[in-house]
This record gives sequence, C-alpha cells and structure tokens, in this order.
Amino acid sequence: MATSSSSKLNKAVKQQYMSLPQGDKVQAMYIWIDGSGEGLRCKTRTLDSEPKTIEELPEWNFDGSSTYQSEGSNSDMFLIPVAMFRDPFRQDPNKLVLCEVLKYNRKPAETNLRQTCNKIMSMVENNHPWFGMEQEYTLLGTDGHPFGWPSNGFPGPQGPYYCGVGADKAYGRDVVEAHYRACLYAGVQICGTNAEVMPAQWEFQVGPCEGINMGDHLWIARFILHRVCEDFGVVVSFDPKPISGNWNGAGCHTNFSTKEMREDGGLKVIEDAIDRLSKRHQYHIRAYDPKGGLDNARRLTGRHETSSIDEFSAGVANRGASIRIPRTVGKDMKGYFEDRRPSANCDPYIVTEALVRTCLLKEEGEEPRDYTK
Amino acid sequence: MATSDSSSLSKAVKQQYMELPQGDKVQAMYVWVDGTGEGLRCKTRTLDSEPKSIEDLPEWNFDGSSTYQAEGSNSDMYLVPAAMFRDPFRKDPNKLVLCEVMKYNRNPAETNLRIRCNKVMDMVKDQHPWFGMEQEYTILGTDGHPFGWPSNGFPGPQGPYYCGVGADKAYGRDVVEAHYRACLYAGVKICGTNAEVMPAQWEFQVGPCEGIDMGDHLWAARFILHRVCEDFGVVASFDPKPIPGNWNGAGCHTNFSTKEMREDGGLKAIEESIERLGRRHRYHIRAYDPKGGLDNARRLTGRHETSNIDEFSAGVANRGASIRIPRNVGQDKKGYFEDRRPSANCDPYGVTEALIRTCLLNEEGDEPTDY
Repeated sequence: MATSSSSKLNKAVKQQYMSLPQGDKVQAMYIWIDGSGEGLRCKTRTLDSEPKTIEELPEWNFDGSSTYQSEGSNSDMFLIPVAMFRDPFRQDPNKLVLCEVLKYNRKPAETNLRQTCNKIMSMVENNHPWFGMEQEYTLLGTDGHPFGWPSNGFPGPQGPYYCGVGADKAYGRDVVEAHYRACLYAGVQICGTNAEVMPAQWEFQVGPCEGINMGDHLWIARFILHRVCEDFGVVVSFDPKPISGNWNGAGCHTNFSTKEMREDGGLKVIEDAIDRLSKRHQYHIRAYDPKGGLDNARRLTGRHETSSIDEFSAGVANRGASIRIPRTVGKDMKGYFEDRRPSANCDPYIVTEALVRTCLLKEEGEEPRDYTK
Repeated sequence: MATSDSSSLSKAVKQQYMELPQGDKVQAMYVWVDGTGEGLRCKTRTLDSEPKSIEDLPEWNFDGSSTYQAEGSNSDMYLVPAAMFRDPFRKDPNKLVLCEVMKYNRNPAETNLRIRCNKVMDMVKDQHPWFGMEQEYTILGTDGHPFGWPSNGFPGPQGPYYCGVGADKAYGRDVVEAHYRACLYAGVKICGTNAEVMPAQWEFQVGPCEGIDMGDHLWAARFILHRVCEDFGVVASFDPKPIPGNWNGAGCHTNFSTKEMREDGGLKAIEESIERLGRRHRYHIRAYDPKGGLDNARRLTGRHETSNIDEFSAGVANRGASIRIPRNVGQDKKGYFEDRRPSANCDPYGVTEALIRTCLLNEEGDEPTDY
C-alpha cells in the first residue's frame, strides 16, 4: 500500500506520550511559506505561558538557505507572527502561528505576498470585501499516483465521483473528515466540503472571510491538510493538472463581494467589476498561480469546466466562463461573483489583492500600482 | 517494516499493568554514560518513598566490565546521583536519575566528563554562563537504514525536507512529538524542534541552561529520545555522518553567552571570545566528539553547512563558518554566539567545559590547565 512508514508507527504509543501533562509550557508551531511560493515549512518553540493574542508571540528566525530563500553565507531570515490558531494536533493550549517572512534587511521575502496584500486591504476596509475560496486538491499515495487508483492504471471515467458515496466512488474520505474537524477546532473558517469530479480529488471551502483573513485562513487550512495527510501516510497535491488527459484539473475558485454588491441593486456593481476584470485578464492570469500563468496553462484549456487561459468570459451559471455569476445572484440582483481562474496552488494573498486592485481601486493596465510613491 | 518486535507487543496489555497503583514505593531509574562516551545505560531500584531532592537518592554501583568500563576482576563501579527528573515512561512519582560514574578507587571513570566540567563551571559562577545546544539526530529502522527511506535506495535529494510537512517530506514525526512531550513532563528544558535537511533527520534544542545544567539536561533528553524510539521500534543515531555523500551530517551546535555578553555592548566580549577560540581550534576539535576529532572529520567538510575541520572561521549569519554570530546579535551589539563545530555525539560536559576554559578562563595552547 502506498502509505508512508511513518503512518504505521504505533499510535497507541504516541497517544500515551501526547497525554502527558505539560505544566505551564506551551508549544507554538511557527509556519511559513518557503521560496517556492507553494511549499509550507514549520518549526516549534516552547513558550512559558499560553499566548492570548498574536502580539504576545515573539519574532523568530530560520535558515533561509535550506528553504530556497537565501544563500548559506547570509542565510538568516525573520519570522513575524501574523495569525494564531489552536493546534488540532497537539491540542490546547498549544498554537499554530502563521508567519510572514522578512529577509535579513527586514524587507519582505520574494514569496511574502501577504505584506502588500495587507496594505491593499487596509485601503479598502470600508468596502468590507468578503471572499470565499474553494480549494480543490488531489490525494496521492507515497508513490505519487492518485490515492486509491489501480497501481498501474486508471479508474473508470469521470461521472460517478462528484459528491459520490461508496468505496467505488469516494477515495480517502477519512482525510477529508479529519481535516474538517481539525479546521473547526483550530478556528479556521471552513464552510464546506465535497468530493470532486476526478476520483481522489476533493474540495473544501473557506470563508466568508474579510480582507487579509482570507489568505491567512486558507494557508492554515492547507497546512492542516498537509499535516493530516502526513498522519495518514498519504500526500496532498495542489498541482492544477495532476493527471493529463480527460481528467479534471484542480482550481481555487474565488468568490468575491463588497458591501455594495451585497446590498439591493448590487448587481450593477458586480457587472461593473466584471467589466474591469475583462480589461485586465493577463494581469490576473499572472497573479493566479505561482508561475505567472505557466501552471494554469495546463489546466485552463476550455474543457473540464474551465475557461480557456487566452480568453476572458463571463456568464450567469456558466462554469465554462472565467467569471460565473451564480443564478441566485442574477435573480436577486445582488450578492457576489465567482472568479474561476485561480489555480489550486495559487497564493490567496495575491489573488485577493488582485481582485481588490482591479475592482475596488479601479486599476488598469498590466502592472499593479505602487501606492507608496 | 523495519521496526522492532518489541514495538509490536500489545500496548493495551502493558497499559493495564502500568495502571496498577504502587503504594508508597517509587521506582528510580539510574542512568549513566558508558565506556564509549556516547552510550547510555540504565537500571532501576525501588525506593520506599518519593525522593524530593537529589540528596535523597543513595549511591549505587554496577558491573563496569559489561559496559566497557572495567576489567572483570575488579569491576564494581559507583553510581553517584547528579540530577533528578520526573519519569515520563513510568510517570509520577517515579524518577529518572542521571549519575556520575566513579571507579573502584573513587576516581572518576574515563568517560565521566561531568566531574571536571562541574569544577570549571564553579570557577566562573559569577559570569552566569548560559548554553543552548541544538541536538541533531537521525531516525533509523532496525535494519540500520534511515527510517522511511526506500529499503534499497535513497529519497529525492535534499531541499524540501528542512522544516517540511507532509508524508513525502517528514519521516517519523511521531517520535519527535512524543519526545517533546516526554521532555516537558520530565522537566528537561527543551525549547524547540524542527525537521532537518536530510529526510529522517530531526533536531531538538535544549536551553538556555546555566553551567552544569546544560550537560545534565542534554544527556537526559538523549536518554528520553532513545527510550521513546525504543517504544516505537526505531533507533536514534547520533552519528555525525550517518550517510556519506550528498547528505547532511548531524551536529550539536552550541550557543553560548555570559552575563557580560548579554548586556549592552556585549558584542565586544563576544568578539574577544571568538578571537581566543580562533587561536585554540585544535583543542576544541579534540573536545567536540568522543574520538578526538575523528568522528567530526567525516562531517566537517566545508560542505552541507559545515566549516572545514582544518580551518577556523567566524562570521555573522554565516552557516559555513566554525562560529556564527546571529544577525540580530550583530544588530543589537549584544547577545550570544553559536559554535557550530560540536558533533551530534559530542559530550556536552566536554563541550561546555572547553568553551569556559578558552573564553572565560583565558586558557591557551593545546592542553587544558590543571587547576
């Protein structure tokens, strides 16, 4: 079976150790995004008491030369705590601490997209931008093949698997169930799950989150998923097209609204926003995966419920469009819209930032505006 | 799978026995360093009541001819309790008791480096020397191959594993989690953990500890790690270069400071210490692994974030140097420095003693001064 050796270590033994009281000491696991812009790293430190707020968590540092982030001769990088969650693995009072990464000169690391996103979000606070992101992913065995698939072949074609039930339809539900509970415990705003079109592919949704919280909650949800899969001995992939051919890719559809869009007559504002998005397609495509569009090129083919990467389109209830307006929104004349372009391995900070820049700050052209000048 | 038969014994059965009340009797497990200078041994005795301090624990003895420490004809050696911890395996009120070993004539055993360390630490009490040691180690299966590695091959090259998460990145996290909790329970000053650059390699940090406590807490943490691995059926190796080639070695980077270094302007004292260390490289190399430098010769190559064993170097935020000054220390102009030379299987008593001798007692030359 393609599960890891680690997952076969005796959990009863582990449980005895995990039940040992820890006095006043608290374990804080610091989490950050590495130089790939997709990978997550973590390490733990002991604190002398339970932190009540993020301000109580000290800055830390790490060796960036081991995470594709710096050279060995000048490798110290800083970890700045930005969001704190309960730890569903070590449980209370222990914490998961999402961090921003700064270079040795205190400038943001290349893959620290949170800093700019945070600035942009604070410029539009009064619009109360809400996001909901639909994170698709694929479960793989340690052999790299989708979990539950025949070891040297393929399952039957897509059709019966979406929201399916049964051992011949749903592969790896335990992971999904465990992840859902872990997120709820941690305080992540997970709002749903479903099995996806390709077998061993699943989706969870996080939101509605306002502003910077969207990125924070989605990254922590991803970390929790990696960690849950590690415990089960399988691997989660956010690759946007894990299996080429007649198999669905994996996206991160992003739902977006502002206070104005949610109020009566908001549909006009939605249409206005979509119009702006239509004029800035290339800029958004560049922001919607960690390789400036190269990853999405394998996924956005115009088939398998995607739009083509080269063309912008929008429509009510249209899953083949870049932007889909849900039918209920079309009827109520208010609500939100769904940008279906972001890939599963996108960075939610830059996705949400791009939407705010184009739709609220009304930017145009290929480059984001620099508001510091 | 390369885990031991022992680990497959029924833990539910064991748990029923471990829940039996023990009245007033207390189990004290005496732990000591054997003749190799790296191996740990242990045996247990029953006490009639819970010891409240180390002084309540009686001296004991053992057969040194079975631990590479004595001849059969004159094999009794003494165990002198030195530090007491809560027992995370048998739980309260039971104890782990770290001991010094004395020969039949009450002289310290060859691998009892604690006694001399303690004397040196005593001489510099007023300077409040603090240490933090970063213990790296590799988890092996009972077949001697790193845990989680393909049985007749290698994982993908280093890059994704350091601080990694996921079944394809982190091998054996259960061991790390269990060890962390066990140390917290025991009262060992464990201050952090992380996955290391080579898969199946991990690190934990102990400190800040003042003086003799550093060696005591690190040896206790190592014992706990061996015991936790035994429960899981895997093996912890402190070998400094378990896999030759393009795979990281395992060190025990030692962070050090005095009260003076921690105060404003302390950078000057740090730089002076580093200069002294620069003139005494060979003495420290001899103290930094149990084979006088031979073990470290396989590890300190100048590659894989190590310095070269033949040259001394120092630098701010430089992981290829013998001594690294952390960047924030360079900025704050006070703090501590990191000696990256000690190997994973070093004796922390020998390491901390050497740092005191060179940096605080201002010793020079290849031999330690006999006070």
